Amino acid sequence: MTAPNAPREKEFAWPGPDNSRVPFWVYSDPDIHAREQRLLFQGPTWNFLCLEAEIPNPGDYKTTNVGDAPIIVTCDADGAVNAMVNRCAHKGALICYKPRGNAGELTCIYHNWVYDLGGNLTSVAYQRGVRGKGGMEDDFDAADHGLQRLRVEIYRGMIFGSFSDATPPFLDYIGPEMQANIDRVMIKPLKVLGYHSQFLPHNWKLYVENTKDSYHATLLHVFHNTFGVVRLTMGGGVKIGAQGWHHLSYTERDPEMEKTATNEKTRSLQDQYSLEDAAMMEHRLELGDNITNAIQTVFPTMVIQQILNTIAVRQLVPRGVDGCELLWTVLGFEDDDAEMTELRLKVNNLVGPAGYISMEDGCVGKFVQEGAQADPDAETLIRMGGRAVESIEGSRVTEAAVRGFWKGWRECMEI
Amino acid sequence: MANLMENSDLIRQHRIEALMTEYAHCIDDDRLEEWPDFFIEDSVYRVITRENHELGLPMGLIYCDGKGMLKDRISALRTANIYEPHTYRHMVGAVNIIGDDGEGLRVHSNFTVIRTMHDGDMSVFACGRYLDRITDRDGTFKFSERLVILDSRRVDTLMVIPI
Repeated sequence: MTAPNAPREKEFAWPGPDNSRVPFWVYSDPDIHAREQRLLFQGPTWNFLCLEAEIPNPGDYKTTNVGDAPIIVTCDADGAVNAMVNRCAHKGALICYKPRGNAGELTCIYHNWVYDLGGNLTSVAYQRGVRGKGGMEDDFDAADHGLQRLRVEIYRGMIFGSFSDATPPFLDYIGPEMQANIDRVMIKPLKVLGYHSQFLPHNWKLYVENTKDSYHATLLHVFHNTFGVVRLTMGGGVKIGAQGWHHLSYTERDPEMEKTATNEKTRSLQDQYSLEDAAMMEHRLELGDNITNAIQTVFPTMVIQQILNTIAVRQLVPRGVDGCELLWTVLGFEDDDAEMTELRLKVNNLVGPAGYISMEDGCVGKFVQEGAQADPDAETLIRMGGRAVESIEGSRVTEAAVRGFWKGWRECMEI
Repeated sequence: MANLMENSDLIRQHRIEALMTEYAHCIDDDRLEEWPDFFIEDSVYRVITRENHELGLPMGLIYCDGKGMLKDRISALRTANIYEPHTYRHMVGAVNIIGDDGEGLRVHSNFTVIRTMHDGDMSVFACGRYLDRITDRDGTFKFSERLVILDSRRVDTLMVIPI
């Protein structure tokens, strides 16, 4: 029996034995959103924070989010990376309110509580009062009131944070198949070419599902299909990462196969459509293979993208139950020459909020949100490629990675 | 009494403002096939956030290098891309002729774009500055460069119609 004053949590019953049907309430229930903060974002997950290249010098900081939680990432005097919740131990105010900067210490502007770059509280204004009056109690110990710290791991220049001691080490968390693609793409030191932010008018999970859904890419996106960046008849596959939580969908250009392949007639294959200037579709092979498109997710909300010569990391931040913000950091390599940078800037026309491909992902999630929220107890059907969560070679006509996301989500959420 | 010099400045100011006005009406009236004609052949059109611009980062949301890429933006919007129907209303002003740098007139101006969705939902979609280089081609002013700087770093859902 529950104590009369214990907080009551809604009972959420999953509709079936597997992950091939998902109830619509996952996209619209505020209690689900609250539980996700506690059990998923602050649970046994690694969340992308930022790049080492963004905070290279001692004192550099950047603010970011893990779910709803505001986070500060710092490079301290020893060059070590720290991540803390951006919330003063005193009143809970944001300490860093600018997106980035450089500081010797972190000072809350509200009452001048000062923390070092590792989040330790170093001074409290008027701790001893004025002329012996006022001030904190004598037994106040600053060491007990530092900022809440996150575990940090860095892999190939990408900084990840975790709230939970139960999260396995990062490479165990993603598994060897996922590590292999990161090693394949992030071959050299990175540099930031720019940022995008795209506000999406739907629950965050719809974007993650869309990213893991390799089945839609050629059906929705004319550019993928018409210009042969991604066709379901091209080579490639879907790899499922550790525990089923992460995925990689990739497409490989194989000139021999393209001659014999028959393309199914769909709306998105427009043989008549062509570009006046196709410079942006040029692909300079730089990663040692013919892969034109590799989209990888790291559970829960990170995407690593290589489309032709555009490389980016995407971080998804929930903004309430029915909105989310997609933050793109578009990358090049430190040793890119001017010509390579120019090519990356041109091919970037495919991605971001105005991207020929990505803009359509911005629009389609809203359609699902509107369809779904009217009837929370109805369900989606995710059975392309069966009901299992398993890798598939030579085809991307599968929703296995979407089922894998729900597997991870349910394991974290205890639903 | 205005001298000849001042008169020619006034005429130039008027011609520049007329170009800005025609450009805005062309987009807002959905005459987008005419939009590339506001540019010379080897022009640059770029939409970039103020954040990237001020950080000295080169990447924007849209980058058209040459008139072909401008035309492609419109043909994609008409025939290839999927998005919900919507229209813009541009408010352009504060047109400031900075000077002539030999390659053309450098002109800065401000804009606000109100977006109206097919269901009636209206919002301030974008505001910011145009940083232009304008050249006289056979008596007609055209853009050789139009840099659109968005004040906000965030775009709501998608940008398909040019600013």
